[in-house]
Amino acid sequence: MPTSVISVDRLGKRYGSTIAVDDVSLEVYQGEIFGLIGPNGAGKTTTMECVQGLRKPDRGVISVLSLDPQRDSSELRQRIGVQHQEAHLQKRIKVWEAVDLWSSLYRKTVDPEALLTRLGLESKRNAWFMTLSGGQKQRLFIALALIHQPEVVFLDELTTGLDPQARRAIWGLITDIRAQGTTVFLTTHLMEEAERLCDRVAIIEHGRMLEMGTPADLVQKHCPERRVVFTSEGPGLAERLKEVPAIQSIASDGSTHTLRGEGDDFVTDVISAIASVGIRVRGFRTEIPTLEDVFLKLTGHGIRD
Amino acid sequence: MLNGLWKLTWVEIKVFVREPMGVVGSLGIPVIMFVVLGRLFGPGVGSVSAAAAAAPPFNVAILAAIIIAIGAVLSLISIISIYREGGILKRLRATPLSPLTILGAHVVVKLLFTLLGMALLVLAGRRFFPGAMQVNLIKFAAALLLGTLSILSLGFVLASIVPTARFAQPLGAAVLYPMLAVSGLFFPLERLPPVVRIVAQAFPTTHAVSLMKGVWDGSGFAAHWGDVGALILIFAVCSAISAKVFRWE
Repeated sequence: MPTSVISVDRLGKRYGSTIAVDDVSLEVYQGEIFGLIGPNGAGKTTTMECVQGLRKPDRGVISVLSLDPQRDSSELRQRIGVQHQEAHLQKRIKVWEAVDLWSSLYRKTVDPEALLTRLGLESKRNAWFMTLSGGQKQRLFIALALIHQPEVVFLDELTTGLDPQARRAIWGLITDIRAQGTTVFLTTHLMEEAERLCDRVAIIEHGRMLEMGTPADLVQKHCPERRVVFTSEGPGLAERLKEVPAIQSIASDGSTHTLRGEGDDFVTDVISAIASVGIRVRGFRTEIPTLEDVFLKLTGHGIRD
Repeated sequence: MLNGLWKLTWVEIKVFVREPMGVVGSLGIPVIMFVVLGRLFGPGVGSVSAAAAAAPPFNVAILAAIIIAIGAVLSLISIISIYREGGILKRLRATPLSPLTILGAHVVVKLLFTLLGMALLVLAGRRFFPGAMQVNLIKFAAALLLGTLSILSLGFVLASIVPTARFAQPLGAAVLYPMLAVSGLFFPLERLPPVVRIVAQAFPTTHAVSLMKGVWDGSGFAAHWGDVGALILIFAVCSAISAKVFRWE
């Protein structure tokens, strides 16, 4: 049984008449990357900030590292690291000054210079915050979140607004953080990001949690269908593949054939069937459903709507 | 958490001086104004310069000092609203820093720069109006700092209600400059309409001016304990209001 580091039980939070979070319960285990995913305004940030102790929940019980975020907030701040969505620092603060300031606030810290090097910021240590690129700013915020060797790191929409290259670099850093034993709790509205990074995800919309599990399990549960599309000139193809049990249907359009089936072994079964009957294949691709498809299925609309 | 206060204050000082226009605006302009108006009217009441034979209409040194204080408060309102809008306050709040330290650092910075402005004022006075500044500098500085602190607490209330950073300076100016106009610096309070006179008693500027005038005249703090009490009371009330209504994001 994995150790639970964050537990949220029936969290509720409203702003005036707007319900931001409604009855959300979740567990985050030690050493995993947990993703809260959903569109903007779904309640991800509110949930995360209640967990951090920055907001007071209306209802529900939260425990982080066995601490109450409201009552034990000063102790909790020593043990968690945070990065906020669309955050800034003082325009004219230098990178090293920010890291130096932050490292003076905690009981124990890592070597700031080594951290800057690890995040690729050593050449920017004397640069003002306002002169940094989007990716560099986010790496600095990661540095500030990691300076005190926190046990849990919260990352809110970390890669929003970054170009693909910078985004990939950040992804690498996040998996490094986990490799060092730190639990990561992140939010994202990018399904690709969630799928790449997260061990487990919770899908949230309009403040309600729709699903929770590993990306693979959620795909398997909600969108089990896999497709193989290949092109072949061979005649009588449907007949020759009909006996393969894994294939549920075959649709042919000229020389393009689409095979449908379910399960992890479907693609392997198709490949071995094609090889054993000796069909000459010119083109071959697979269509595997992703978290994006799961989201579409659960909500009836795409995440960017 | 004194270490955090000191570090944060030092960072805020560096960040502030890296924007030269802010420093020139809050220190340079009041000092230049002091020299120019001092040439016209004499730097203070009772110390008429050779150029101005008529009795000076108001104390230019006190005007310059209070302009420095108001400039510091306007700058504070602006910085707080920019920090709020940019999520800087929120990010600092997620650290072990106490809320009081985060805001207190700005108060310390503003008081230090007010003191620096006063030092420049004194140097300019010695250079351009030798012998005219016979005021007790320590008492004058204490009066100015107490006045600034009281106006700063009002600044936090304004910083709480200003909707966006764009409105910070205009709103602050629209509140503080009219307060200065009825502070008794330019004409005696007795010449104001009774209602305005009563309302002016609630403004920190009125008591700051009165206290500084007293120090300038040599009557000192003892004769102005009412102003000292009023400044402390305004500070306490505004701090209490800020603690209730201050928005971190």
